Amino acid sequence: MWGDDMSDVIHELDTRRLLCPMPVIKTQNKVRTLQTGDQLRVISTDPGSLNDIPAWCRINGHEVLETGEQGHEVYVLLRVGEDNGALF
Amino acid sequence: MTEATQPIQRRAIALVSGGLDSMLAVKVMQEQGIEVEGVNFFTGFCVEGHTHAIRKKDKDKDKRNNALWVAEQLGIKMHIIDISEEYKDVVLNPKHGYGANLNPCLDCKIFMVNQATLMINKAREFAGDRGFDFIVTGEVIGQRPKSQRKETMPIISQESGADDRLLRPLCAKNLPATLPEREGWVNRDELFDFSGRNRKPQMALAKHFGLDDFAQPAGGCCFLTDESYSNKLADLWKARNERRYELDDIMLLKVGRHLRPKPHYKLIISREEGENRFLEGYRYMFTSITTVSCPGPLALVDGNFENEEELQQAAAIVARYSKGRVQDEVTLEIRQADGVARQVTVKPALPDDVPVAWNVG
Ligand code: SF4
Repeated sequence: MWGDDMSDVIHELDTRRLLCPMPVIKTQNKVRTLQTGDQLRVISTDPGSLNDIPAWCRINGHEVLETGEQGHEVYVLLRVGEDNGALF
Repeated sequence: MTEATQPIQRRAIALVSGGLDSMLAVKVMQEQGIEVEGVNFFTGFCVEGHTHAIRKKDKDKDKRNNALWVAEQLGIKMHIIDISEEYKDVVLNPKHGYGANLNPCLDCKIFMVNQATLMINKAREFAGDRGFDFIVTGEVIGQRPKSQRKETMPIISQESGADDRLLRPLCAKNLPATLPEREGWVNRDELFDFSGRNRKPQMALAKHFGLDDFAQPAGGCCFLTDESYSNKLADLWKARNERRYELDDIMLLKVGRHLRPKPHYKLIISREEGENRFLEGYRYMFTSITTVSCPGPLALVDGNFENEEELQQAAAIVARYSKGRVQDEVTLEIRQADGVARQVTVKPALPDDVPVAWNVG
């Protein structure tokens, strides 16, 4: 079960209750710790995250795999692009 | 024979607020072949966070994060940095003082350019040629009375540590040549000499670049330039007997009607659905009041009631802002932060029972 291939692992980031731009900042800081190809699901209660996190991904070269809403929460599933931005 | 050397691609970090000026500054650099990445600082006082905090789902799709949106329009990367903790010292102890309200604009600029300087220094150290050569801002001389004057420009350059690596493309021609100009990385002749509060040159340049959709912040880039907001912050410090704040405090000052019936407690009453939702998220931190017998606002109690009478008074005030304001009585629920709740039934306060002097802000 815990083979070498970790590509299916989905990292999770809880940004519930945080307001723009904090969910984006947290996402950015988390992505810096991940590798190209890693998947991250960000959960937020700020509906604006559905605009902002995908915009942030487009700008910085990450791929949005899925977005959605569940009750009061929204989520964005992304795949880390070539540059995780770790320089800063 | 020597190999032809490729000219080094010069790179700059631009402070991007989300407004037109920084957008133009980036564009001017791009036109000159400079590769630009943006940085946007989150201080906690940004207008941005506010509009987002209370925007309603779907209805306010256009309330976007301007910095991200600008980055997308310009095709640049954007780093959003949380400086809210370090920024407290700027707000609480500004060396150069405040502007018309509690806005420490000059110290703020110095602080932000300093942060950008630390970033480019770090990047130059770790990334060599992929690092950054200089910093760009959208500052214009004379645009803002306090921070953007001819005399303040060198102060920002020096005290931030950026020195001549700080370039202001929109007013560079009014200032001594900076390193990027002297080294020929950018052509000074193609920079600008904007000054004063007249926005026409910026508008013309925007048109030239084909930019027609941009944010135009009125007073400034943050809530500290807002008189009402500054009054609320001053009131908070007075009530607490110390100049101090947490991020949640300053977020809450952006939302709702703030009434202080007694020095030791304040009510934050929502005015519409979006604010309601926003305040909802804080009920685990504060005592809150909601109406039970009719639709009404959500109110947070910042402080403590000293006796039952004060609690009843607060309930009556909240009832006054509910749909039941003209009824003989309204039932409300008072819920403590830990979830323990009780109901009270009160006669709604009359307009005269809520003196204007209680309004904070
Ligand atoms: S308006 Fe606010 S963010 Fe802008 S320079 Fe002044 S203090 Fe800083």
